[in-house]
Amino acid sequence: MTRLIAALIGAFFTLCVLIAFGTGLVSYITEPPAITVEHAFHKAPNEDFTLQSDGAFGTFDRRQLQRGFQVYKEVCSACHALSFVAFRDLKEIGYNDAEVKAIAAGFKVPVYAPLTGEVKVRDGVPTDHFPPVVYGGTGNPPNLSLITKARHGGAAYVHSLLTGYAEQPAELLKKYPESKTPDGLYYNPYFANLNIAMPPPLVSEGQVSYKDGTKATVDQMATDVAAFLVWTAEPKLEKRHQTGWPVLGFLLFAMVLAYMAYRNVWADKKH
Amino acid sequence: MSFPWAKHYQPTHPAMVWLDERLPLPRFVYNSVGAGFPVPRNLNYMWNFGVLAGFCLMVQIVTGVILAMHYAANTDVAFSSTEHIMRDVNWGWMLRYGHANGASAFFVVVYAHIFRGLYFGSYKAPREMIWLLGVVIFLLMMATAFMGYVLPWGQMSFWGAQVITGLFSAIPLLGDALHTWLLGGFAPDNAALNRFFSLHFLLPFVILGVVILHIWALHIPGSSNPTGVEVKSESDTVPFHPYYTAKDGFGLAVFLFFYCGLLFFFPNALGHPDNYITANPLQTPAHIVPEWYFWPFYAILRAFTSDLAIPFTHIVLVPAKLLGVLAMFSSILVWFALPWLDTSPVRSGHYRPTFRKAYWALVVDVVILGYCGGSPAEEPFVMISQLAAAYYFLHFFIILPLISLVETPQPLPFSITESVLGRDEHATLAPAE
Repeated sequence: MTRLIAALIGAFFTLCVLIAFGTGLVSYITEPPAITVEHAFHKAPNEDFTLQSDGAFGTFDRRQLQRGFQVYKEVCSACHALSFVAFRDLKEIGYNDAEVKAIAAGFKVPVYAPLTGEVKVRDGVPTDHFPPVVYGGTGNPPNLSLITKARHGGAAYVHSLLTGYAEQPAELLKKYPESKTPDGLYYNPYFANLNIAMPPPLVSEGQVSYKDGTKATVDQMATDVAAFLVWTAEPKLEKRHQTGWPVLGFLLFAMVLAYMAYRNVWADKKH
Repeated sequence: MSFPWAKHYQPTHPAMVWLDERLPLPRFVYNSVGAGFPVPRNLNYMWNFGVLAGFCLMVQIVTGVILAMHYAANTDVAFSSTEHIMRDVNWGWMLRYGHANGASAFFVVVYAHIFRGLYFGSYKAPREMIWLLGVVIFLLMMATAFMGYVLPWGQMSFWGAQVITGLFSAIPLLGDALHTWLLGGFAPDNAALNRFFSLHFLLPFVILGVVILHIWALHIPGSSNPTGVEVKSESDTVPFHPYYTAKDGFGLAVFLFFYCGLLFFFPNALGHPDNYITANPLQTPAHIVPEWYFWPFYAILRAFTSDLAIPFTHIVLVPAKLLGVLAMFSSILVWFALPWLDTSPVRSGHYRPTFRKAYWALVVDVVILGYCGGSPAEEPFVMISQLAAAYYFLHFFIILPLISLVETPQPLPFSITESVLGRDEHATLAPAE
């Protein structure tokens, strides 16, 4: 009886799902799904992009992070917030106390006065987080604190996006005339829907004058800011790697010991 | 119950004698996981996963309780409190990555445990109750993991909650009211987040309770074994301690090695990038996918794309959504009936050639379902998942009961000892004069 009921239930579900399959197959053949413009022209981030923080031995290149911070501060921070990062965190990328104080003081931080209900603005101090950014233009600039963990491809995506602005290919306009980039948006094949509201932010060599004398090409600036954003997203990355290796080493040792203990205990027992 | 030759606890130290007479806790441990529990001598490495699952539960409870000390279940601050744990709490990143990857490790271990049971027929008499309790644990784990994933209140948290709680609205008549009642609103919001946090804290202890019942039920008939032949004499068994404590110790070290490798070097490999974006009810992610351990069931849910209707009319008997929900729940609930569907008296897949083929086909099928469940709901994944879902239902509801009717199993060894030491050609059944 159990098996009969089960067979009926099983046959019911199998039949239903096979009907769905048949319906799907018929419509797949009669009206094959159209290839969307995103499918045809979206590009995956450049896989060759590497940073010193990559891989299991990855560490931060602090000079690069400082350059990246400079790019963020002088270019990105006009529109993008970094609110999960505190100024005091910048000590981790090699700034000293006085420098952190000076950087913090360069930002205006809104403070809510509970007695009057007013929001006043004061100079930042190291314990403040990066302040929110008031943005009035089109689009919705994301908070950059976690951006390299919040996008497929991470730092490579950031780099590809920043350097990937281009003219819309003629082939695209020919095949998808209705997909012409609208006014106020910019064509970028690395962006999910190909048209991004952000104007090309890094446009000319020397847009940022690096304090360490590195030549500020567009590619260099994009690489540095991507490296910086890896740090903002995962400030404990170095510590995690440094902790991980001794842990794995110990566990390997424990594994060998445990295996020998196991063999020893079972030595007289065939199994 | 135990075998008559099980060793008995004999405290020697006066303090232990004193304790044993008043609260025999050491005796209880001795009989449960000590020298007083005889276990078949031929268990292979697949029998390590029960202990590992218990270990994972402990890891989740310990890391989870500490994380709860720093987390705030409020939609305004849940996401930033998670980032606070990652950045400002001492070793908070290790606790959170340990907990998130701990859930994945738990499911890896439990799937290995379940599929070991499926292959070796561990669900068969007299062990049905162990199996049934195990399915209950699995269902509780799924609920707990789902609610835990909602807590960081990222995009995938929110939209995952939206999709999964939305399943309840497929129930005819009551659905919408039930959905609103369960969420405490029309969409996931603060009320839902708070109850999910409360339940996510409670359910692991419920799981712990059912785990105790699961192990209790195990100690009635004792462990199964790769031959599926029941224990007959003392030479078939070894005491759990030191034999299996040593073997489980080795298994634990191997497990920890892989788990820590994941935790320290690929902590986000199994997660989804969208969950590092704060939940936004106004922006749907391009692809809503659950965590990997739900993918096979998610594929079954999405495979039912057609309403069940009377042909050539527009009368819908069962809408596609309800069919998908019913199918997804049935795909797990059928495990409850498994001991009565597979009626072959032979337990182990080693001695069941036809069953073995169907079993490996099922394993491949579930992997395909999992792959499709993690892919976008586009062709060809939908059609592949439909065929795979069809095989899944055929396997459990029809093929398995049929095989047990028609299959001729291979000869079983006389005993566990014989399977280990080989046949004694000089032995005779009757004792010599």
